[in-house]
Amino acid sequence: MKQMHDSFLVQSMSRLLIPLAQLFALYVLFFGQYGPGGGFVGGVIWAISMILTFLVFGLNSPQGRLVAKVLHGDGVGLIIFVGVGGLCLIAGGEFLNYANLEIPGLDAPARRYMGILLTQIGVAVDVAVTGISIVISLAYHDTEQEYDV
Amino acid sequence: MTYFVNITLLFLLVLTAASATFLVKELISSVIILGSYSFFLAIVWAWLGAVDVAFVEAVIGAGLATVLFLVTLFDTAPKDTRLRRPPPPLAGVIGLPLLGFLLLFVANDLPPFGDPASPAHVHISPVYLQQSYADTLTPNVVASVLMDYRAFDTLIETVVIFTAGIACALLLKESGS
Repeated sequence: MKQMHDSFLVQSMSRLLIPLAQLFALYVLFFGQYGPGGGFVGGVIWAISMILTFLVFGLNSPQGRLVAKVLHGDGVGLIIFVGVGGLCLIAGGEFLNYANLEIPGLDAPARRYMGILLTQIGVAVDVAVTGISIVISLAYHDTEQEYDV
Repeated sequence: MTYFVNITLLFLLVLTAASATFLVKELISSVIILGSYSFFLAIVWAWLGAVDVAFVEAVIGAGLATVLFLVTLFDTAPKDTRLRRPPPPLAGVIGLPLLGFLLLFVANDLPPFGDPASPAHVHISPVYLQQSYADTLTPNVVASVLMDYRAFDTLIETVVIFTAGIACALLLKESGS
């Protein structure tokens, strides 16, 4: 956990599985309006792929540094969600009433579709960053900051 | 009939996993069994038709929660994870079966599974089912209810998750330094 896992099998299987998990997370996120899934589940799958990355390769490897940089995005998902609501408010409607989302060339149902998609991206980012942040602080809380972010 | 048999089998699997969690000696194996329990529970949800709930149960219960438990266990000493099982109190031994019997007795009055005339299915569900596609162009009714009709609810849930992450980081950082 603190350094790279020494088993070749674990490393190569993770190299194979992590991109697949991230691809599946994006699929679940963007097709959540057509089937089961959505922002919450997609965000958690993305978080699990990132957690697997730094559990296998360690937080000081290049991949692990990328995961640690993700922590700077804490709160971005919430800003996206509230921002979509605020855009509806600016355009003259109620808060989070997507029918007022000002996107030219779209009628009200299509605007609602876009609103659902954007807020789902917000939820996914928020959940993913929170999951990674909780696991990192649990795994590294007893050591002095060994990794530099 | 096969439906009934499958559901019974899955419930038995869930029951087995739940009891094994309490019977096992080390905490780590108990965590792994808890993850498998969540996975079986996800299959039960999928059989009952709640695919979205099954998805969340599989991902959160079997995935993220197991990781959180394991990462926490890595930080503990062996004497903390040794399981001591004091004998159960007499009130629990007598009272809990009585309570379970009472619940089974009351469950007779619940509407049958999938009954279209049950109170939950006549209040506002028909409105969602009939109008959500025309309103939002979203075929998945669950997504349109969560993100559009009840968007405020989801927003506050997102705030709760964000707060949990921040609180965890603050608490654990304090104990480390």
